[in-house]
Amino acid sequence: MSASAIESKAAPAYRVVVGMEVHVQLKTRSKLFCRCSTLFGQPANTQVCPVCMGLPGALPVLNRHAIELAGRAGVGLNCALSDFTKWDRKNYFYPDLPKGYQTSQYDLPICVGGYLDIPVGGNGAQANASGQASASGQTNAVGSENVYKRIRLVRAHLEEDAGKSQHDEVSGRGDSKIDLNRAGTPLLEIVSEPDLSSSEEAKTFLSEMRTLMVFLDVSDGNMQEGSLRADANVNLHIQRGDEWVATPIVEVKNLNSFRSVERAIEFEVARQYTEYLRTGLTKGQAPKQTRGWNDELGQTEMQREKEEEADYRYFPCPDLVPVKLTQAQKLQAQESAVGTPSFYRTQLVSKHALRVSEGEILIQQGRGVVEYFLECVEHGATAKRTAAWMLQDVLRYLNDRAVPIESYPIRADRFAELLKAVESGRVDTAQGREALGKMLQTEGLSVDAAIASLGIVRVDASEIETLCRELLNENPDVIEKVRGGNTKAVASLVGLAKKRNRNADPRVVQETCLQLISQMQ
Amino acid sequence: MSTEEKPSMLKELVGKLSSGDLSSRDLCEGLLRRVQKWNPTLRAILSIEEDRVMQRAEELDRRRGQGADLGVLGGIPVGVKDNLCSRVGRTTCGSRMLENFKSPYDSHVVSRLDDSGAVFFGKTNLDEFAMGGSTETSFFGASRNPWDFERTCGGSSGGSAAAVAAGLVPVSIGTDTGGSIRQPAAFCGVCGIKPTYGRVSRWGLVSYASSLDVAGVFGQSVEDLALVLGAIAGHDPRDSTCLPHSVPAYSESLSQGVRGMRIGVLREQLDSQGLDPQVRSAILSALDVYRELGAEIVDVSLPHSKYCIATYYVIAPCEASSNLARYDGVHYGYRSSSKDAGVLDRMMEQTRSEGFGKEVQRRILLGTYALSAGYYDAYYLQALKVRRLIRQDYDEAFSKVDLLLGPTTPQGAFRLGEKLADPIQLYLQDLFTVGANLAGIPAMSIPVGSGMDTGLPIGLQLQAPVLREDQLFRAGAAYHRAIAYQFRLPATLEEPRV
Repeated sequence: MSASAIESKAAPAYRVVVGMEVHVQLKTRSKLFCRCSTLFGQPANTQVCPVCMGLPGALPVLNRHAIELAGRAGVGLNCALSDFTKWDRKNYFYPDLPKGYQTSQYDLPICVGGYLDIPVGGNGAQANASGQASASGQTNAVGSENVYKRIRLVRAHLEEDAGKSQHDEVSGRGDSKIDLNRAGTPLLEIVSEPDLSSSEEAKTFLSEMRTLMVFLDVSDGNMQEGSLRADANVNLHIQRGDEWVATPIVEVKNLNSFRSVERAIEFEVARQYTEYLRTGLTKGQAPKQTRGWNDELGQTEMQREKEEEADYRYFPCPDLVPVKLTQAQKLQAQESAVGTPSFYRTQLVSKHALRVSEGEILIQQGRGVVEYFLECVEHGATAKRTAAWMLQDVLRYLNDRAVPIESYPIRADRFAELLKAVESGRVDTAQGREALGKMLQTEGLSVDAAIASLGIVRVDASEIETLCRELLNENPDVIEKVRGGNTKAVASLVGLAKKRNRNADPRVVQETCLQLISQMQ
Repeated sequence: MSTEEKPSMLKELVGKLSSGDLSSRDLCEGLLRRVQKWNPTLRAILSIEEDRVMQRAEELDRRRGQGADLGVLGGIPVGVKDNLCSRVGRTTCGSRMLENFKSPYDSHVVSRLDDSGAVFFGKTNLDEFAMGGSTETSFFGASRNPWDFERTCGGSSGGSAAAVAAGLVPVSIGTDTGGSIRQPAAFCGVCGIKPTYGRVSRWGLVSYASSLDVAGVFGQSVEDLALVLGAIAGHDPRDSTCLPHSVPAYSESLSQGVRGMRIGVLREQLDSQGLDPQVRSAILSALDVYRELGAEIVDVSLPHSKYCIATYYVIAPCEASSNLARYDGVHYGYRSSSKDAGVLDRMMEQTRSEGFGKEVQRRILLGTYALSAGYYDAYYLQALKVRRLIRQDYDEAFSKVDLLLGPTTPQGAFRLGEKLADPIQLYLQDLFTVGANLAGIPAMSIPVGSGMDTGLPIGLQLQAPVLREDQLFRAGAAYHRAIAYQFRLPATLEEPRV
């Protein structure tokens, strides 16, 4: 939504200012401080132990893999990795927080600073309301169509997840149930600067974050299972005479889908704008609010309103020892974080000259799909044709069956072989597709065998020439059209050629016809 | 021979058990009878599962009969402080909050005792969540001092100390956060060791102040402590603060003597105003013994020790306020049944107001206050800085001497109820003991005689550098050998031998 969204002569102009906090569930097999499984969807309270249940006398022991994944994510987000990081207790009472505190990182997070570049469309990015983002990281063009905006990050820290409360409000007795399967699951909380200036940018930010985390194999990125959750801090800067004033900041919680991020921020923008027009209250004059997004009703709802910030009485957890990251660990993080989406974007767009939109589609399918593409090209298929076939045929197959590329029956080298057969004219596109169908039906079928099974016989050039002469004699109007400059007119002969000889290559037919016409003069 | 065996030194019992002169069954049966007779008065033990005790004793006897090696504590019954989780019986922490709590797992200490062939005998009384120095804050009532039933046995591990002093068990396990093993050991006339922080795993030790808590041993002799500590010490990956160092053979240090050892005397302790003259003279005469044994006596000072109590009573409550947050009535333990408790916040408030006693609430509030925004720097952070200075004092002292020597407590056991109204008076009992917890070093209290008029035991405290428990055993054993020390039961509790 832009400043011109609300059209009224009297209405003052405004800018949207959004900062995000994203919780990414790390892909560890066990929890952050105990050995319980992190598997989703198990019966309630079956993946628990004295540690994650907060029983008396139980003590936490750090899961080293979480540090490794956080380090990798940090490198991917261009953060500085801390040499020394520690654990702090965030104290608050809540039924699904069994210890009465959350083990988190307060003043020495594992990742500091950093940024994430997000695509903001080709029509030039809007300057950020505060002017900060454009100062720190200009929007810059990558390729010809797309412009990227740099969203700065404050930090990223590790923490444990809480359990899940289920409130049985139907019974009217207010019974609640608590499932601690999720309690103690490792989360990386990534906090951005307020560099986002629209709901769309916020959505893109979250989507880019998800893509990055999935590419680096840091998280499964499964939104339905809550592997990626966001809170948004939203306010407006509104023009008042010569100055810009800020509305009170609202933290919107529970944004668990891209769509809810977009809708919630749009709702907040409209609500805050109306609220400002009604009350004129600015930041500092009204308390900071925490609001929850109600997806069904499509509105944010007040959760908490406090003059002062909640006092979590953070202090260093005396049950855990600080973590020192060695040079070797940092190096390992660097090495493991190579395959970022932006790395692949450069490969696809700059090296292989795909259109940005084509590249994006491949990237959105995940790292495996991109790797499959690159492998095909490596085996000699052209980038253009590989992209075309993958976008059409391969992705349709994967989407229809909802399977990952790893389950695609044809290996990249063999797929490349098929593409090369089309490229060389050995088969035409239609025949290629037919052969592909055969190969999908019979796993392990070679390209040669697939083509042979179609009954395609190589047609002799003189045979084609004879056929083309016949066709041109029968269709003098085509000759006229071609002479008039419309070379595409020969395409109408292809169908006729096919009827007389089903093995005739359409491309060869067209070329031969054109050649014969030019020789007629 | 009577089955009502007069408890003797652990070593003697181990010898008799392994030679077959005594069965674990008979030993335990005799002790159970003794518990029946004296525990109603002493209230040293909170719970005993008699059937389980006898089952275990018989099983061990049977295995011994088949020629099995039962371990260093084979057949020996051991009392365990009730803030160490055990699958057998309840783990109450002396609190209404956990009155009926059954732990689904064993603490590391209990597992180690099991592995060493010990009989898990019962859970001993303590101040609620180990907060206190007299067992008077226990929800189940105070233990009494076997030497004088009107007096305290000390605390917080008072039940463990009283049980050993009264001969209800040969050895017992306590925990020490600010003196909770050494002070009751001194009051009850038994030996007690608080090992180096991290020497014994805290897995299953219900946290009071995590950076100070450590489990240790009560026994009739220094030798007994060495034997039992050897069984429970060592690395445990379930406690991130547990030390990885291997455990030396402590028994080897017992006979080494103190010739050439440098022993530092803490002048500020001997000259402190509150020190009972009888305690002072007992310590001075112990010093003479050490001098005669060839130790070099050196005056040393811990200049920041005057801040120990203040530092301790900021750090411990801060950690406690967070450690005890889990007792909210939601998942386990006590839950208020008050009508107000229908709303979540009120339920938690009521539960904690009813489930915790006054002293625990006081410390939770102290800690909550000290960690609050605006106070954190002035209290908690400042206390951490002073703690570092105190640690440096010890480092400095131990660059000159091998051991530090002084009284364990300023006075002997006080009367029950005497200090209940004035928590500051109670906190001052920890004056000489909290330093070792703040510095993480090992310290031990051993009996050095009795006050002339009261007949109450007096404790001598020895402190050593980190992981030098062997020095404590060496010096403690040498002293007791020199004065031909014999553990004895209070006259009222003695059983005539048949």
